Amino acid sequence: MSAQGDRWVSSFVFLLFCASSIPRPGIAGLRQEPSPQRYFSGLEAGRASLAFFTPHVSPGAQPFLEQIESSAEALQDYGISVVKVNCPKEDVSRYCGKENALRKAYLFRGNILIREFPTDALFDVNSIVANVLFALLFNEVKYVETLADLQNTENVLKGKSNMVFAYVPATGTAEHRAVMEAAFVYGTIHQFVLTTEAALLKATGNDDPDVSSAWLLFCHCQRATDPAQPCRRTALAQPLTLLNIHRHLKLMGAPLVTEVAEDPEKVSTVHLQLGLPLVFILSQRETYEADRRTAEFVAWQLLGKAGVALLSRDLVDLNVLHRSNVALKTPDERMPIQYLVLEDTDEVITLVEDKNKVKQIQEDEEKEEEEEEEDEDEKENNNQDIQDDQVVEAVSRDKKRELPLEQVLVLTEETFRSSLSEAARTVVLFYASWEAVSLAVLRSYSEVADHLKGTPGVLLSRVNCWDWPGICTQENVTQFPTIKIYGKGEKSVTYDGMWGTEELTSFIILSRVSCPLKLATMDEAEGYLRGEFPPELSSHHHTSLLGVFSTATSEAREAFEEAGSILSGHVMMGTYFEDDGLALSRKYSVSPPALLLARSRGRSVESISLSKQSVQDMVQMIRYELLDIFPEITVQNLPQYLQLTKPFLILFSDGDISQMESKEMLKLAKGRPQQAFVACWLNLKKTPVGYGILRTYFAAVPSLPVLVWVNLHAGGQVFQFPPEQSIAEVNVLSWLEKLQAGLETPSCRSSACFSLAAGDASSTEELRGGVAAAGRQR
Amino acid sequence: MATLVCGTLLGLALCAMSSTTFLYHDYCVIGAGPAGLQAAYFLQQAGRDYVVFERSHAPGSFFALYPRHRKLISINKQYTGKSNSEFNLRHDWNSLLSHDRRLLFRHYSRDFFPHADTMVRYLEDFASLLELRVQYNTAIIHVTLERNEQAWNGHYFLLTDQDRKNYKCSSLLVATGTWVPNVVNFPGSEYVEGYETVSINPEDFAGQTVLILGRGNSAFETAENILGVTNFIHMVSRSRVRLSWATHYVGDLRAINNGLLDTYQLKSLDGLLEGDLEDLAIVKDKKGKLHITLRFYLENGNISAGIDSITLPQDELDNFATRAPYDRIIRCLGWKFDFSIYNRSLRMMPGKGNIKKYPQIKPSYESRGTQGLFVLGTASHSVDFRKSAGGFIHGFRYTTRAVHRLLENRHHGVPWPSTVYPITQLTNSIIKRVNEASGLYQMFSVLADIILLRENATAFEYLEEYPTGVLAELEMQTGRKAPNGLFVIIMEYGRNFSGADKDVFYYNRAVGEAQHAWQSNFLHPVIYYYKRLPTEREMKLRPPEWPLPRPDAIHHIVEDFLTDWTAPNAHILPLRRFLENCLSTDLRSFFAESCFLFAFTHQKLPPFCQQGYVRMQGLMGSEGLRRHAVQAGLLQDYTLTDFSGDRPPDSHDRSRDQLLRDQVIPIRPLQHLVKAKDEL
Repeated sequence: MSAQGDRWVSSFVFLLFCASSIPRPGIAGLRQEPSPQRYFSGLEAGRASLAFFTPHVSPGAQPFLEQIESSAEALQDYGISVVKVNCPKEDVSRYCGKENALRKAYLFRGNILIREFPTDALFDVNSIVANVLFALLFNEVKYVETLADLQNTENVLKGKSNMVFAYVPATGTAEHRAVMEAAFVYGTIHQFVLTTEAALLKATGNDDPDVSSAWLLFCHCQRATDPAQPCRRTALAQPLTLLNIHRHLKLMGAPLVTEVAEDPEKVSTVHLQLGLPLVFILSQRETYEADRRTAEFVAWQLLGKAGVALLSRDLVDLNVLHRSNVALKTPDERMPIQYLVLEDTDEVITLVEDKNKVKQIQEDEEKEEEEEEEDEDEKENNNQDIQDDQVVEAVSRDKKRELPLEQVLVLTEETFRSSLSEAARTVVLFYASWEAVSLAVLRSYSEVADHLKGTPGVLLSRVNCWDWPGICTQENVTQFPTIKIYGKGEKSVTYDGMWGTEELTSFIILSRVSCPLKLATMDEAEGYLRGEFPPELSSHHHTSLLGVFSTATSEAREAFEEAGSILSGHVMMGTYFEDDGLALSRKYSVSPPALLLARSRGRSVESISLSKQSVQDMVQMIRYELLDIFPEITVQNLPQYLQLTKPFLILFSDGDISQMESKEMLKLAKGRPQQAFVACWLNLKKTPVGYGILRTYFAAVPSLPVLVWVNLHAGGQVFQFPPEQSIAEVNVLSWLEKLQAGLETPSCRSSACFSLAAGDASSTEELRGGVAAAGRQR
Repeated sequence: MATLVCGTLLGLALCAMSSTTFLYHDYCVIGAGPAGLQAAYFLQQAGRDYVVFERSHAPGSFFALYPRHRKLISINKQYTGKSNSEFNLRHDWNSLLSHDRRLLFRHYSRDFFPHADTMVRYLEDFASLLELRVQYNTAIIHVTLERNEQAWNGHYFLLTDQDRKNYKCSSLLVATGTWVPNVVNFPGSEYVEGYETVSINPEDFAGQTVLILGRGNSAFETAENILGVTNFIHMVSRSRVRLSWATHYVGDLRAINNGLLDTYQLKSLDGLLEGDLEDLAIVKDKKGKLHITLRFYLENGNISAGIDSITLPQDELDNFATRAPYDRIIRCLGWKFDFSIYNRSLRMMPGKGNIKKYPQIKPSYESRGTQGLFVLGTASHSVDFRKSAGGFIHGFRYTTRAVHRLLENRHHGVPWPSTVYPITQLTNSIIKRVNEASGLYQMFSVLADIILLRENATAFEYLEEYPTGVLAELEMQTGRKAPNGLFVIIMEYGRNFSGADKDVFYYNRAVGEAQHAWQSNFLHPVIYYYKRLPTEREMKLRPPEWPLPRPDAIHHIVEDFLTDWTAPNAHILPLRRFLENCLSTDLRSFFAESCFLFAFTHQKLPPFCQQGYVRMQGLMGSEGLRRHAVQAGLLQDYTLTDFSGDRPPDSHDRSRDQLLRDQVIPIRPLQHLVKAKDEL
């Protein structure tokens, strides 16, 4: 016998124990009484007994006697003693005297006769027990004949207690007995109603009732509130046996939906104990109420067939697919809990109702999961196999194209040293032919070579470290790629700028002149400030610097020269040593040591006094001074502004910004001397990746231009300047104030806005996803 | 110098005195063979006080005699199609390591298997061109210890030469090789000629029947030489022949010497037999022919009665294999280390089992018995006997360097050389080394490159060719710290691929797909990841035949037919993913444009952007490359999409967008460190 069978039996035994625990004296089985007098005198008040009176021998009653003897034990369980009273020959009292009476059995409670049964009603044990209990439980079990009676009973019970309505085709049957036995135990809890009228069965909603078989309905009247509506009914689907009724009533008594907050493996309810499956509805905090309603709905459908539990995933750490919404636990403890993804409640119900189907679904699910796992595996493998490094992939897609490297000299271990002395300046790209970033730079490098074709004194060359590891080690190349510029008799300079054609070209050109450039005369210095550079730099259009020193400031001059060597290639620097009475200083009203900045070829000259003496400070100061006040942010120059670690106030514009906006923003930028933020603008035409930023911030590109405040260095919140306001200094300032005061709400989407909390471990994953998403969104 | 003074000027009286004075050097090297000279080179480069003692008048005296037939079996490859000098050393088994490009063996010989005289000449040049301090004609005949608290190791080494001159050293490097011929003693062994003296003129063997004892390269080399002129050759040894191309061990029988296998298997009279030489006995008959019998018969019989009374196996077993009498029997049983010169206090003990010809040493090449005594060269082969190349020039030139580095750290506070790189160079530095490094390649599974991670995995320190056997002692031995986990890079053959009885040509022996890399059979790089340095105990308890204890994660780079591990998708990509999984970081490279976008939309940038772009070294990329990246779907081209605003940001679109995002963004969590296929 299975485990669940054992459980049934034990419950049943318990039931019987309850029944039999009613005190009963005497011996089990049939009692014999020598005479009616003795019998009647021995009757106790409230004790039921079934008596039959026999003359000495009554052959006709013999079968009846057998039955009644065998029912004695059963009745004894209900505290009813069965007594055989011997009628003495001479007795002609009420029970013994008449021939008729001898064919009857009499039910007494105490010494009150409750009912007399004709022996033909007591044809077997079932009928004896059924009829005896029926008689005894007159109040507990209502017999109804009409629908009106039933409805009346139901209405009376509504809101008070539940009703058990049983239809039996006839009294005295095994089903009848089962109902009566159940009523004996549950009669005080539920109202039992019994009928033998088939019409009533039809009225209870059974469309095509099989009137030949018994029915039992549990009517949930206790919860019923609407007097017009009949109580919800749950039919007992199994045959009417005491055991089944008992189970059914037990199940009806259990809570409709059990709320669980523990591992489903550990959960046990009455359903599982009674051998029924338990369905878990997996819920989340957000959907809890809806899930609860679903669970109740399902629970009503499954009442009597399965239990329903509501499990909040937030409270339990489930190691299952996130999209699983239903779990099924079967009473068989060896079976693992099935986690399923079901579409609707019908599926849940069919899952339980049709056991075959259950298996089918499970198998399907398993298959599906296997397939999915396979799919996932495949995907995983695919993901694993698919190159997701944009540089590597781009380079490998380009590998068949032959690079125009005619202008770039290939150096070997043999030729390296000698070729360095050939040109005034030798640029060497150290790379590895298998390394993607190197090869990407090599492509830019070939463009640089093309730009610089014919430039005197510059030789572009390359060393493949995969071929010549010796040189690379010797030249201390630890990264691929590395570019070094070797000047005759000078220390080599390692290129530390952007790996781009323009930047590299400009660096090579700038580094051709010494940095700082020594200007000997006042005329030279003034010419320099006007933008009269040596011929090598005729194409230079950026801000140039002039350090002005006097005899007393040689220390500062040394630092300046040192700074020059660090900034060589990046900045145009000159130095002028004043020994002619500070004419230049006076002209620009500074006192040496000082720095003159000539922006846009001398159209404006700013002067700064050099207070800081250390080389590093000077380098930093020069870099800072070279930054624009209201720059156009580009891919190339962003890092310079990032280093300021200030929030950005960016005006995203589709093309050039209007003069008005530019004026207002410039005012804003200049407004406070030590700006707490970087005011800048971004030309989406020139820097289309700006669209990517806007799409991340706002999901869709807002109407342009749009002014955005973003603090990349703290929290990363994004605020959008109200589009209805015009971009004017006043408006922006008051907005910024509100913003600082925390009165503005971040205007980006809650989740995707600035997705990365600092130090977020999953960041790389998001990044990965982000890039992939970017790839797929196209 | 002292010898000079003693011998010529002052006569015997002073000479007696000088025997109690010691010439002191920090390092004494015994033997000016390849290993001794290699050690001398490193000591010289480091500016150390050292001397090399050589009993002969010139370096490499072993090679002056051996191999007897004068053909070296170490390859000297002229061309590899590559100019990478480090890579080319993988196929140059004769050169010693030096900075001098002239001292490459290919400048000395054009032969693939060079003549032994060339080696002698090469070693002479090596010693003289590099001006190594070698004291010739000095045979160290005794080594003992002098306890001294002040000494580096608590004792000095006292060396005595053949002239009773004494030397005192703090550290002793023994590079004497194995030169004492192995002999077996059995009745009649006096009739056996030794490999060291046997004639090498084939004419001397014309029409003779020859038995060779041994089945190593010297035995086969001897056979090869006389194969064409003998009646037949039989070869007998205790165990079966081990072919180096099956065992992947260069010390086993090399194909160049295996002509006898051909004639044996084709039934051309020559033959190969297995039997225990200890059981053998040889009797000479009146005609001078040598008969094989068993010691057992001799012990039972009456020897004095003469040859006729001795039972021969064929008397009982008339088809006994070696029943034919031999004209000559040659012993080619190899050599062993000369243990005789060491005082007992040094506890120079022979190894156990098949390494008994070598002294017992630790994986750090230090003697088990005496601190400060290191064994270099062939004599140090017990560490990797029958596995790697530590007994041969192309292997021990690297282990000698490793020992030198250990000593530099131990005695001079010079930590193991290392380079610190930013984490972005992690994949690159591994790829570079596995493709060109010779030490890793020759000393596979014995020397390892070690990557010590810096905090937060933003940088790492790269140590080359550290002995795997002392991995647990890394911090102490190198002076480097490993608090944040480490990668160990070694080369391995597939397990169960090599062996004397293995079919190394079976179909599908080569693995091509990256996902099956762990099944690779041929030499391929393997990267072990440890979250912390393994302990001594873990080293001890490592599975047998495993070079290292169980790692936290392991990655095999799939074997490559060309040993060129630079394929972007088959080699680099899986390696990068492995490293990323170990470090939970993104090691991809990005164009500046992507970094720009990340800078505005992410707070934590991938290292490539953080260490490049943000420091103004972004990769702009040429127009063409960016277009390729866009086509690959790895870079978005924002100029193509119409964002001009005529498409309202309708919610439907947004939700779809969101949906897409939801499907894409929560990309699978990092794979478990040890993937199924990488499981141990």
